[in-house]
Amino acid sequence: MAKGKVVFDENQCKGCGLCVTACPFKLIEMDEKRINSKGYHPAHVTDLEKCTGCANCAIICPDVVITVYRIDK
Amino acid sequence: MNIVFEKTKGLTDKTFHYCPGCTHGIIHRITMEAIEELGLLGKAVGIAPVGCAVFAYEYFNCDSYEAAHGRAPAVATGIKRVHPDCLVFTYQGDGDLAAIGTGEIVQAAHRGEKITAIFVNNAIYGMTGGQMAPTTLIGQKATTAPYGRDENHAGKPIMMSEMIATIPGAAYIERVAVNTPANIRKAKKAIKKAFEIQREGKGFTMVEVLSTCPTNWGMTPEDALKWLEENMMPYYKLGIYKSSEGSVING
Amino acid sequence: MTKILMKGNEAFGAAAIKAGCRYFFGYPITPQNEIPEYMSRELPKVGGCFLQAESEIAAINMVYGAAGAGARVMTSSSSPGIALKQEGISYIAACELPCVIVNVSRGGPGLGGIQPSQSDYFQNTRGGGNGDYRTIVYAPANLQEVVDMTGDAFDVADQYRIPVIISADGMIGQMMEPVEFSERKGRPLSPKNWAVTGTEEKRAPNSINSLYIVHEELEKHNWRLDSKHKAIEKNEVQYETYQLQDAELVVVAYGTTSRVVRSAVMDLRKEGINIGLIRPKTLWPFPYKAFDEISEKVKGILTVEMSTGQMIDDVRIANNGRFPIHFMGSPGGSIPAAEVISERIKSIIRE
Repeated sequence: MAKGKVVFDENQCKGCGLCVTACPFKLIEMDEKRINSKGYHPAHVTDLEKCTGCANCAIICPDVVITVYRIDK
Repeated sequence: MNIVFEKTKGLTDKTFHYCPGCTHGIIHRITMEAIEELGLLGKAVGIAPVGCAVFAYEYFNCDSYEAAHGRAPAVATGIKRVHPDCLVFTYQGDGDLAAIGTGEIVQAAHRGEKITAIFVNNAIYGMTGGQMAPTTLIGQKATTAPYGRDENHAGKPIMMSEMIATIPGAAYIERVAVNTPANIRKAKKAIKKAFEIQREGKGFTMVEVLSTCPTNWGMTPEDALKWLEENMMPYYKLGIYKSSEGSVING
Repeated sequence: MTKILMKGNEAFGAAAIKAGCRYFFGYPITPQNEIPEYMSRELPKVGGCFLQAESEIAAINMVYGAAGAGARVMTSSSSPGIALKQEGISYIAACELPCVIVNVSRGGPGLGGIQPSQSDYFQNTRGGGNGDYRTIVYAPANLQEVVDMTGDAFDVADQYRIPVIISADGMIGQMMEPVEFSERKGRPLSPKNWAVTGTEEKRAPNSINSLYIVHEELEKHNWRLDSKHKAIEKNEVQYETYQLQDAELVVVAYGTTSRVVRSAVMDLRKEGINIGLIRPKTLWPFPYKAFDEISEKVKGILTVEMSTGQMIDDVRIANNGRFPIHFMGSPGGSIPAAEVISERIKSIIRE
């Protein structure tokens, strides 16, 4: 059962990959199969179930595209 | 579900014009989060520099100004003297604050001007295309230092926090970095502290933020974070250079 | 109203405070030091703020900050100091902010000298700063005009949201004359709802800015500034003419030189030589239309300036090729004597 949830405002992502470096569980990768409206490969979460909602990805995102939720017990 | 992180009201909806991976966006965000958390958005006046952050006034969701290159501390002085109850801050890069604007920043600190300077040090001129900055490291290549900065020719990189901390009018001077989530949290704490000290009327405050420029450094955003840690942090040591409780320098 | 004997530089300060100026940012330079000295003494008494900046550049940028914050603000300097301020003046003009700048000019170029000079005509009227902008320029010839023009300058600056320069020289700044401070009529002015004051979260943010990166927007901005300049050219020209009707020759002079020229004109009229005078009181907008009053019988125009000839360019534009133009200049700091001017006029008439 996931403890957290992250939502990416995908079309605002510039594909810089800093969130990938910040996730302690390595749950984020750049989606190389897709291109967003800005022309970048957007970041996405590979396994939402393991997200703890620590918000590290959102804290390092230079474009403020990530919203983080923590799921109530 | 509880929201634990969302975009601050302190930023407008405008998309940052910065290059992918540029840490200016992080510094904009933590600056405006700090102001929002202090409940001072309605009192804040931000002054944008000339440099990459020249459009900062489009992102700050508060009253704002665009200053001539290096003059933001003088403009801030004019505003603060008219509206002493406003939270007045400048947002300046290393060319702006540490080259063309050294006179203005040093004298504002000497007057104990009750303003806060957010000083973004990325060791290069970004907007103009990667020229040598006063903060460019020895050996670091730039478009006007194609063989790397030579100490005998250009001198050593300027250390603004160390210099401003010697000024009696400076109440709070801290150097932080935005290379990891932990350091970003510390950077925001420092900025918030500086704003609080401005509100208390104790004097001039400055937070120097070590930042990256992947585009002009010629590396990926991830490598730029590593380069910052391995090259900038040993020279530009993080820590509190001036506060009422004394100084704590790391490293 | 009683008259008070005052020094020119102090009259600038007194008139400014009377007009509601509460902020002054400056840097010492001769021959205008009595202005910041006066302001440092008097502004705290009315709840205002005097601040001595680290340079003229910082001072004008403090003016830029205070003007955008909604205050009535002034700075003063002298020629090389005004040159340093030009960066800020360009920004203030671009951002459409009101302020008053007094230039008690001295001889140049470079360090020049400290004696009276009018060699800043170009710097005042053409601007040393970058871009398409104008500044309104007043040229008082006596201390009552110093008082009246300084008071009006704040209203005019607010009305058009434009920097206003008052052009003086060491003689105007240092001499003493009786002046009176009558109640000014003032102008109806709009509230400064564009000012940066903190939103109090009750309105959308205000931003003071001169950056227009999209070329269509810059073009629109500059044409809008231009239409404002056109309105000023239409509404704000001030000049004085003296006995143009029967004049054989018309002398053009402003400020300090116009005082001496007037003496020369009166002396010559006593001798039966009919000379007229055009005295611009605003250097920008320049009183081109005053030259329409010159009769076709005039043999020529003489421009007298304490420079090697700067205003003469505007005289040429105004004259539009109608009459021969003569020049008499003193670019070293000496004020030409009335007798010397009279002799020159006579020699032109005899030609």
